[in-house]
Amino acid sequence: MTSLAFDLAHSLPEIVLALGALTLLMLGAFWADKRDWIITECAVIVMGLAFLSIFYPLGDRAVIWDQAFVDDSFGRFMKALVLIGSITTLVVSREYMARKQIDFFEFPVLVLLATLGMCMLVSAQSLIALYLGLELMSLALYVIAAFNRDDVRASEAGLKYFVLGALSSGMLLYGASLLYGFAGTVSFTGIAAALQGGASIGVIFGLVFVLAGLAFKMSIAPFHMWTPDVYEGSPTPVTAFFATAAKVAAVAITVRIVITAFPGLKPQWQQIVVFGAILSMALGSFAAIGQTNIKRLMAYSSIGHMGFALVGLATGDEQGVAGVMIYMAIYLLMSLGAFAAILSMRVGDRYVENIGDLAGLARTNGFMAFVIATMMFSLAGIPPLAGFFAKWYVFVAAIKGGLYGLAVVGMLASTVAAFYYLRVVKIMYFDEPARPFDRVNWEVKAVMAVAGLAIVLFAAFPGPFVAASAQAAAKSLF
Amino acid sequence: MFGFGILTGLIVLPLVGAAFILVQSGKYEASVQNIRWAALFTTLATFLLSLYAWSQFDPANPGFQLVEEKTWMGGGLIYKLGVDGISMPFVLLTTFLMPFCIAASWRSIEHRVKEYMVAFLVLETLMIGVFAALDMILFYVFFEGGLIPMFLIIGVWGGKRRIYACFKFFLYTLLGSLLMLLAMMAMWSVTGTTDITKLLATAFPSSMQKWLWLAFFASFAVKMPMWPVHTWLPDAHVEAPTAGSVILAGILLKMGGYGFLRFSLPMFPEASHYFAPLVWTLSVIAIVYTSLVAMVQEDMKKLIAYSSVAHMGFVTMGLFAMNAQGVQGAVFQMVSHGLVSGALFLCVGVVYDRLHTREISAYGGLVRTMPKYAVAFMIFTMANVGLPGTSGFVGEFLTLLGAFGANSWVALFATSGVILSAAYALYLYRRVVFGALEKPALAGMKDLSGREVALLAPLAALTIWYGVQPGAILSACAASVDLLIKNYEAALAVTKTAALALH
Repeated sequence: MTSLAFDLAHSLPEIVLALGALTLLMLGAFWADKRDWIITECAVIVMGLAFLSIFYPLGDRAVIWDQAFVDDSFGRFMKALVLIGSITTLVVSREYMARKQIDFFEFPVLVLLATLGMCMLVSAQSLIALYLGLELMSLALYVIAAFNRDDVRASEAGLKYFVLGALSSGMLLYGASLLYGFAGTVSFTGIAAALQGGASIGVIFGLVFVLAGLAFKMSIAPFHMWTPDVYEGSPTPVTAFFATAAKVAAVAITVRIVITAFPGLKPQWQQIVVFGAILSMALGSFAAIGQTNIKRLMAYSSIGHMGFALVGLATGDEQGVAGVMIYMAIYLLMSLGAFAAILSMRVGDRYVENIGDLAGLARTNGFMAFVIATMMFSLAGIPPLAGFFAKWYVFVAAIKGGLYGLAVVGMLASTVAAFYYLRVVKIMYFDEPARPFDRVNWEVKAVMAVAGLAIVLFAAFPGPFVAASAQAAAKSLF
Repeated sequence: MFGFGILTGLIVLPLVGAAFILVQSGKYEASVQNIRWAALFTTLATFLLSLYAWSQFDPANPGFQLVEEKTWMGGGLIYKLGVDGISMPFVLLTTFLMPFCIAASWRSIEHRVKEYMVAFLVLETLMIGVFAALDMILFYVFFEGGLIPMFLIIGVWGGKRRIYACFKFFLYTLLGSLLMLLAMMAMWSVTGTTDITKLLATAFPSSMQKWLWLAFFASFAVKMPMWPVHTWLPDAHVEAPTAGSVILAGILLKMGGYGFLRFSLPMFPEASHYFAPLVWTLSVIAIVYTSLVAMVQEDMKKLIAYSSVAHMGFVTMGLFAMNAQGVQGAVFQMVSHGLVSGALFLCVGVVYDRLHTREISAYGGLVRTMPKYAVAFMIFTMANVGLPGTSGFVGEFLTLLGAFGANSWVALFATSGVILSAAYALYLYRRVVFGALEKPALAGMKDLSGREVALLAPLAALTIWYGVQPGAILSACAASVDLLIKNYEAALAVTKTAALALH
């Protein structure tokens, strides 16, 4: 195989996404009706093709495009998660976008472009590729955050996300330039090689700035400020997209950069990761208690969960990375199920977002109440649901790595967090019914059913498969 | 079947019943009645299956029997079940009590019957799983998973302060369990296995043992519950529906004692020896203090709840005496308390269904209108007191004997608890059953119905049968308890020799 064909073959998912996005953009602009569902359907098909192309057997690991990208099983695992998140986002978005009259063809195209950015980000192997992927993802996300431009809160969300996101990108870029200046290369492996004899203070500065920029994308405290507002203001499918695919991609690149570029600086980045994890877990647990808006609640919940995911990264070994991967897979499932349920909260043709609107749901819509309750118990990490196994794999890695303090704090935080998850269950099951929700359309119902089943039966069916593939894929980073 | 054994059958069977009930509509009276019968049938079938398991069980063999093992979760963890003389009685107790719970809810639960029965059947699966699991994480999954159905049972079908009670129950137990989970992770990181049989053969370094012991203690002490972390229990008991209280007192509390027997004592013998005085102190405080508290209660269920805490004090005291009488007595006391306190809660349920209050002062002179009830209540009250001839006596006597062998002061103070239990139990009985029948509401109360007699009679028979024939339970656990104590003493001897060698 020639080198070009080799590189192309290994970036098949990205190529499919890029070509698909450009084609659909042209189609949308020149051919189809501006508000045509067909573009979204095509986008789902394109992403489905990209998803399938991930499994094209090409060997374990290949560094492509002049050391800029890498195609390995870690990346494929994370790309699969990203694509599942994106596909589901588009699938559940139809009714919401139509009812809000914002079902323009640009939405699926932007989601496609953001997904492309995420896939590039996941497989980035140099600082430039990282920045390229990150910006492609972020610029698309800024736009779709404010996609409902006549809505004040959506515009506020988009603007806030843009301003703060630009700031974080600036920090990341500054860090990257320091790293390049002191290490003399932008390639991750090159940086690792250059740092073998110890690191100067400039490199550590660079590391700190890069991690701060990435922490913003992961919404790790203290860089989480944007999360609740953007989650609340954005259209709900977009929030689901932020909470799932975007988070997975940001976590993936963070894992990759600290493991491949800074194995020698482990004591330094470990401090940052441990600090971020503790702060996020604590903040996510306590700040969510007072929330009345379910999207804000999910925002704080996701801050807390990113903290838990970082617990696995803190050890920086193979087991920890596998823990993070399993955590993200389960977190993706739980979030998709929860957001599908939020998308079904519609009373008298209006979407509602208050937790109080769920009152007595068990009696008016038993299926939906059961799915939400499953998600909540699972988010709280109660066995035998999937959320427990997520926690098990990251905390086991932390304990094995000797990070006892971090593990204890994590456990205390998850007890506090259990309180607000239980509160949602309490409102649905114990309170008197409020007005029943309108009929739910089948796509959303299907997503809820699949996510609910996967969470309940995790220990029996998807769990062993996810755990085994994550453990195998984690090896490719080391 | 399908390569699985009887124990898997016991775990799956209630789930099959739950799945069947889930597809019923539950909207019409006929369908609700079907659901009730389906639940009763499922629990009875599970009980029969557990009797079959019991017939396959050899009490003379101290090791694990009916073992089955499968790889699970990508090979990291294992799905391993098995029972020994310590867990078998609890499996039987669980399957035995469940039909009573279903029958006790026949009339008293009227709304959302479908969800109620599903919650109970799922709970049964999880409880059997706790006692049958031979993998640490599998044990934890079942142990903690039980919180979800119990939370819903208290929260949906409970009394006035049910929300407070179920949150308290959930969060208390969760915090304790999470610390235990950390200890399990630490054990796994040291030994590389989650197999309980392998962990039982592992000698953990003594510095580590103390921490691990404390973490496990945090969970089991809350579950037991031991003083001072017992405060969730009275709230949960008072607010739970009758059947919920029966399960709570009958089985969920026993998980703590079972945990001590399965993990703390055999795996961390040095730490258990080191912390035994602490456990004794807490047990004696529990026995004396909660008995005194029970005496001043105005609410019948709360009184029985506090008496449960006192009786569990005998259990922990007997367990940590670590001699044959103490440990066997503790196992016996747990089984006996499961029957007796379950029956007492059923007795309270009987009058609660009629008058809808649990205030002791609302009753009095029931013997005149409800003579059969008075007899049944008398039997269980006496068993609660520990009158010779009832099962309550055997457990208390053996645990006290064991404690006396270990530390006579502990036995001295604990024995005073027997007197106190007579005081509060008889005082309760006098106020409810004897005295003049003055309250007009009581005059029309009907005596036990056929269903209620059928509920209480087997329990009364067993209470008396085990009181005069305790061998049935004691011989079941004897071999396993002997092995436990032998290993415990061997481990302590090794440490002592090592300590001497250092000098």
